[in-house]
Amino acid sequence: MSSIILSTTIRLLLPLLLLFSVFLLLRGHNEPGGGFVGGLVAAAAISLYALAEGVAAAHRILIVNPRQLIASGLLVALSSGVIPLMTGRPFQSGLWLPYSLPVLGHVGTPLLFDLGVYLLVAGMALLIVLSLMEEE
Amino acid sequence: MINLLFLPLVIPLATAVACLLAWKNQGLQRIISLIGSFLLLIAAAVLLVTVQQDGVLSVQGGGWAAPFGITLVADLFSALMVCVAAGMGLVVAIYSLADTEAEYERLGYHPLMQVLMLGVCGSFLTGDIFNLYVWFETMLIASFVLLAMGGKRAQMEGAIKYVVLNLIASALFLAAVGILYGVAGTLNMADLARMLRESESSGPIPVIAILFFIAFGIKAAVFPLFFWLPASYHTAPMAVTTIFSALLTKVGVYALIRIFTLVFFAELAAWQPYVLAIAGLTMVIGVLGAVAQDEMRRLLSFHIVSQIGYLIMGLGLLTPLALGGAIYFMVHVIAAKSALFLATGMVLRLTGTTELKKLGGLYRHQPLLAGLFLVAALALAGIPPLSGFWAKLALIWSGLESGNHYLVVAVALLVSLLTLFSMTKIWAAAFWKGAVVNGATDTPLPLSRRVYWQMAVPTALLTATTVLIGLWPEPLYALCMDAARQLLVPDAYIFAVLGVQP
Repeated sequence: MSSIILSTTIRLLLPLLLLFSVFLLLRGHNEPGGGFVGGLVAAAAISLYALAEGVAAAHRILIVNPRQLIASGLLVALSSGVIPLMTGRPFQSGLWLPYSLPVLGHVGTPLLFDLGVYLLVAGMALLIVLSLMEEE
Repeated sequence: MINLLFLPLVIPLATAVACLLAWKNQGLQRIISLIGSFLLLIAAAVLLVTVQQDGVLSVQGGGWAAPFGITLVADLFSALMVCVAAGMGLVVAIYSLADTEAEYERLGYHPLMQVLMLGVCGSFLTGDIFNLYVWFETMLIASFVLLAMGGKRAQMEGAIKYVVLNLIASALFLAAVGILYGVAGTLNMADLARMLRESESSGPIPVIAILFFIAFGIKAAVFPLFFWLPASYHTAPMAVTTIFSALLTKVGVYALIRIFTLVFFAELAAWQPYVLAIAGLTMVIGVLGAVAQDEMRRLLSFHIVSQIGYLIMGLGLLTPLALGGAIYFMVHVIAAKSALFLATGMVLRLTGTTELKKLGGLYRHQPLLAGLFLVAALALAGIPPLSGFWAKLALIWSGLESGNHYLVVAVALLVSLLTLFSMTKIWAAAFWKGAVVNGATDTPLPLSRRVYWQMAVPTALLTATTVLIGLWPEPLYALCMDAARQLLVPDAYIFAVLGVQP
C-alpha cells in the first residue's frame, strides 16, 4: 500500500509531530502532557511514517532498535532515581539545577525521569506496532 | 546508610536494563544476570544483618514524609524474605545456564527473570498497600510472559488459567484497596495500623478484610482457590517452575501475614477458627491431589498447595511460636521444594520424561541425584533432623499449647504422613524400582559434564541448606522468633515509618 498523498504529507507532518511530542514532554511537569503522552505521539509519528514508506524505512529513520529505546528509557529513568542516592538523599528525591536554563527553564531529576518514560513508551509502542506490521 | 533499602530494588532493575542493552548477545546476558543475582544476594544479606542490629528500617522514596512518600520498610520478616528470595534468584540463575533453551533466551528470559525478582523484592519491602499492588503486578506481568514463553499448546492452556485467575485476584485486590482508601483516607500500612487500632473495628472494615483475604488467598493458592496452580505450573520450563513455586505463592502468604498482623489484626483474631479450617483443608486437599498424581511435576505442584496450608495454620494460630514456625517453614519449604523441582529438572534432562510409569532404576545411573532428591523429599515430609521437622514441630507445639486446636494439629500430622507416603512413592518409582522395559531410563541421554554440574550444584546447594538449617536450627530459629514478635507487636514498625509512638 503506497499513497502519494500520505507520503507527501508525512514529510511535513513527521518533524511537526516529533516537535510536538517534545513540547508535550517539556510541558508535562506542571500542565497536561508529560513523558507518557509525548512518547505516544512520537511513536504515532514514526508509525505513520511506517504506514507511508514501509517498515524498513521506519527502522532506517529510527536508527536504533525499539528495544534499545526501551532499555535506554529505563536507564535514564533509573538514573534520575540514583543521582539523589549519590548525594545521600532518598531514592528519587527531586533535585534541581540552581539556575534556570534558556528555553527549558528550571530543570531537575523529574525531567530526567519524564525523559526516561518518553523513551520507554515510544520504544514499547513502536516495538509492538512495527512487529505487527512486519507480520503481514 | 539509609538507602540500603533501595538496593534490592535498584540492583534487579539495573540488571534487567543491562540485559536489555545486551539484547543480541545472550552469552553476555547470562554473565550480567549472574553478577546481578550475586550482588542482590550480597545487598540482601547486608540488609538482614543491618536490620538485626539496628531494628526496623524505613525510608521514604522521593523524600516526602510518611504517609505521603513512597514508603519502604524492612523489619526482620521482610529482610529475611528478601534474603531468601535473592538466594533463590542466584541458585536459579546458575541452573538456568544449563536449563534454558536458546529460544527462550532470545525472547528475553534473563531480563524477565530480573523483573520478576524486582517485583518480589518490592512486594517484600513496601510499606504501602497500593505500592504492594503495583509490585504484585510487576511480578505477575513478568510471570505471565515467562509462563507463556515459547507458546507450546500445553503452555498456553496453563497460562490462560493462570492469567485469568490472577487477574481476578488483582481486580479484587484493587477494589479492596479502593474501598479501604475511601474509608481510612490512607494506604500507608503503618498509618492504617495506627488508625484502626484507635477506632473500633466496625462497618466496612471486616468486608475489606475479607476482600483482601480472598485476593491474597488466590495468589497464595489457598483452598478453595488453588486450582490454577497445579493446572499451570507444570507447563513451564523447570527453572521457571522452580522460581514460581519458591517465590510467587510465598509472596501471597507474605502479604496475608503482613496485612493481617499489622492492619486487620482484630478481624484475624475473630476469624481464627475459619482461618484454621481453611489451613487444614488446604493441607488435606493439596496432599490428596499429590497422592493421586503420576507425573513428578504435577505431584510436586500439588505439594506446594499442601505446604501453603501449614503457613496459613501458623497465621491462624496467632501465637509468637506459631508465626515464628510459619516463617521458619517458609524458608524451609522454599529450599526443600526448590531442590525437588531442580532435581526433577535433572531427571527430565536425563531421561526425557517425568512420568513415573516410564521412569525407574535411576539410582543405578545417578546415585548423587537420587541422594539429593531423597534428602530433600525427607526434609519436605518432616523427618528429623532435617529442616521440615523443626518447622512442623513449632507449628504443632504451638497448636497443642493453645489447648483447643487439636483438630488442626491432627490434620497437620496426618498430612505429614501422607506427604511422606507420596514422597516415598515418587522416589521408589523414579529411582528405586528396576528400570522399566522399553522405558525412558534404558538409555540415559548424555549430558555434558558442564551442563551436569550446572544443574547439580544448585540442587546440592539447596539440599545442603535444608540439612544445615535442620542440623543447626538455632540461629535461624531465633531470627524467626524475633521476626514473629515484631509482627505481633508492631510498635517498632509503626515508629520506624511514622516517627511517632502509636
